Amino acid sequence: MKEQFTISIYTENLIGILHRVTTIFTRRHINIESITASESEVKDIHRYTLVVSSTEDQIKKIVKQIEKQVDVFKAFYHKNDGIVYQEMALYKMPTKLLSQTKEVEYIVRKHHARLLAVEPDFTIIEKTGFKEETQELFEQLKPHGILEFVRSGRISISKPMKEFQEYFTEVEEASRL
Amino acid sequence: MKIVATKSQKTKISMSGAAALVNCLIREGVETLFGYPGGAIMPVYDALFDQKEKIKHIMTRHEQGATHAAQGFARVSGKVGVCLATSGPGATNLITGLADAQLDSTPLVCITGQVPGKMIGSDAFQETDIVSISMAVTKWNIQVTKAKDIPAAVAKAFYIARSGKPGPVLVDITKDAQFEKAEFENYETCDQIRSYVPNPKLNEEALDQAAALINSARKPLILFGHGVLLSNAKKEFEDFVEKTGIPAAWTIMGLSALPTSHPLNVGMLGMHGNYAPNILTNECDVLIAVGMRFDDRVTGDVSRYAKQAKVIHLEIDPAEINKNVEADVPVLGNCKESLKALLDKVNENQHDQWLARFNELNAQEDEKVIKDELNPRADEPMSMGEVIKHISHISRGNAIIVTDVGQHQMVAQRYYEYANWKSNVTSGGLGTMGFALPAAIGAKFAAPHRQVIAVIGDGGFQMTIQELGVIFETKVDVKILLLNNEYLGMVRQWQDMFFEKRYSSVDMVNPDFQMIAKGYGIESEKVTEREKLEDSIHSFLSHEGSCLLEVMVGKENNIFPMIPTGASVSEIRLE
Ligand SMILES: Cc1ncc(C[n+]2csc(CCOP(=O)(O)OP(=O)(O)O)c2C)c(N)n1
Repeated sequence: MKEQFTISIYTENLIGILHRVTTIFTRRHINIESITASESEVKDIHRYTLVVSSTEDQIKKIVKQIEKQVDVFKAFYHKNDGIVYQEMALYKMPTKLLSQTKEVEYIVRKHHARLLAVEPDFTIIEKTGFKEETQELFEQLKPHGILEFVRSGRISISKPMKEFQEYFTEVEEASRL
Repeated sequence: MKIVATKSQKTKISMSGAAALVNCLIREGVETLFGYPGGAIMPVYDALFDQKEKIKHIMTRHEQGATHAAQGFARVSGKVGVCLATSGPGATNLITGLADAQLDSTPLVCITGQVPGKMIGSDAFQETDIVSISMAVTKWNIQVTKAKDIPAAVAKAFYIARSGKPGPVLVDITKDAQFEKAEFENYETCDQIRSYVPNPKLNEEALDQAAALINSARKPLILFGHGVLLSNAKKEFEDFVEKTGIPAAWTIMGLSALPTSHPLNVGMLGMHGNYAPNILTNECDVLIAVGMRFDDRVTGDVSRYAKQAKVIHLEIDPAEINKNVEADVPVLGNCKESLKALLDKVNENQHDQWLARFNELNAQEDEKVIKDELNPRADEPMSMGEVIKHISHISRGNAIIVTDVGQHQMVAQRYYEYANWKSNVTSGGLGTMGFALPAAIGAKFAAPHRQVIAVIGDGGFQMTIQELGVIFETKVDVKILLLNNEYLGMVRQWQDMFFEKRYSSVDMVNPDFQMIAKGYGIESEKVTEREKLEDSIHSFLSHEGSCLLEVMVGKENNIFPMIPTGASVSEIRLE
């Protein structure tokens, strides 16, 4: 059965690894629903977070293929109930809309969104939350006229307590065998 | 060259990136490399000119030939095969060989030239993004744009290529980095990469579980693959087989890890394998897979593969565990070490009754297939099997057999009686036609004192026929056995069996191979009648230097047994 999985991958900070990792998915016709990449808590080690839908059996195999890459330290997968995760969305709207009616301001407050920038021509609204939440805000603002909309990839932290630092040490030791 | 003493008193030598590269190769123990020059790799060729005494460059006639030659070299020597190519078309011509080496876990380091760094991304003359292109067919690759980074990249490349599950690596070096002068310290080889675990640690518990299963098994079967050869587990494997008394069957990549005549060697697995090991895969109680990866050509339909058996999988690559066949006991590790550890834990045993089942089924295969294939009636055309029988007999099973892809490949592997370790070189995973001629050249450079026989079909010969030029130039002694059926035989067989004999584009309109050989200064003989076959093989094998023997074999002979694609191994057909 297909489900949503979040895959976290720790890699060296080198050119080309993201490409190696993503081709593992494309080759198996698995669509990457979202992706974020940034430096991790360990210096010089990068962390990718990918969201994909597939079967657990397939994901297990994929995670092994990812870890098989020379410059990858560790890859984990989680179901949604095993992680705490968030996404962020930005909405650009004409400033005059906000000054003309109270409606937009009301929606923004109700969704606990915030104003990030107010310029004479446009205003940027920011909301962090689950995809359903940022989507709902989008649906409600849309009739009033959204100029631009963008949503980030998911970022996630797993619930288990083992820290990556421990894995990192394990992998480093094993590499010396 | 300018020698500079630094504060740390380490010797620093100033030289070009290209010269540094060649020095690194020498430090890695490379004595022979295969390649083809061009604009973007010229500084390296220039640097090679200075080191002619230490490093021999074999110029193949096509870069694909260079990769296969390097593969043949690597497979026989156990060392890393090295290739050189220029940018653009030179680099893309390496792709087939890289893919082949990737699937057959062959250690290769390919070095390609690239356009100068400042031109990258401008669609410059002969610029291709070879790093992206080769990503899917390499174990690792990198682009180097600074001379000073060359030694570290090369050291890493060699380490990755040969460690763990070996594979091909590509290092792309921009032309300006080859020219650039930099100061180099003593070359340091790489023996560790912090994110890379090539040799998983043995797990005692798994070994105990495996041993317990093996000791209690009543109908165990060993399947052995390339891992046995790659890990140099000759003695460990033989000891294991002999102590446990378990019948052992091979994948074509594992062939020659155990002598063909060994009483416990029960033959070849898979599509054109032997009847007994295929049938009994679905009857055994414990399946011990040693350094093999359950390729679909071995398993047939996996959903009906060895379902009754407990599976023990000795494997170095964690990604192979449960990939195709679920393992009850995965034994991660280099199989030389796993076998050694297991040997102490398993009981001495014999499985006479179970072995008798193999003999019974073997007798059926012999009756239905082998006897006729090896001894056709006088009025029948020559068969590939009888040719291989004579080759095997006359060379006493001592040759290195390098096969191309097709019917002749299956026949050579079924009927050549391999007496020695590491004597089979073939393209197993990718099934690359055109592999054999260059691979045989590479194999001979790796083992000059052994006899190397390339067995090739009329189709595959023409895919890399230009490599006869290497034989012509270097006088390398490769015996070429051309089994000519005037068809793309294996494809014709499928059309015969599964496409109602609609022979679409499989008829070969062949040139006069004798004349072609002559053009390259290679002696040849063509045999069309059985009376002359044995004598011709005698003189072929005892000829001094390379020669070609073309044998005209039955046009429409099919290779049996066969497991049709999608069928279960136990549905193997004898006719
Ligand atoms: C590069 C490449 N192209 C196509 C194929 C598909 N193929 C597999 S076997 C075969 C026929 C081989 O014919 P030949 O070399 O004459 O050998 P035979 O089967 O007759 O022994 C073909 C075309 C292949 N394996 N490799």
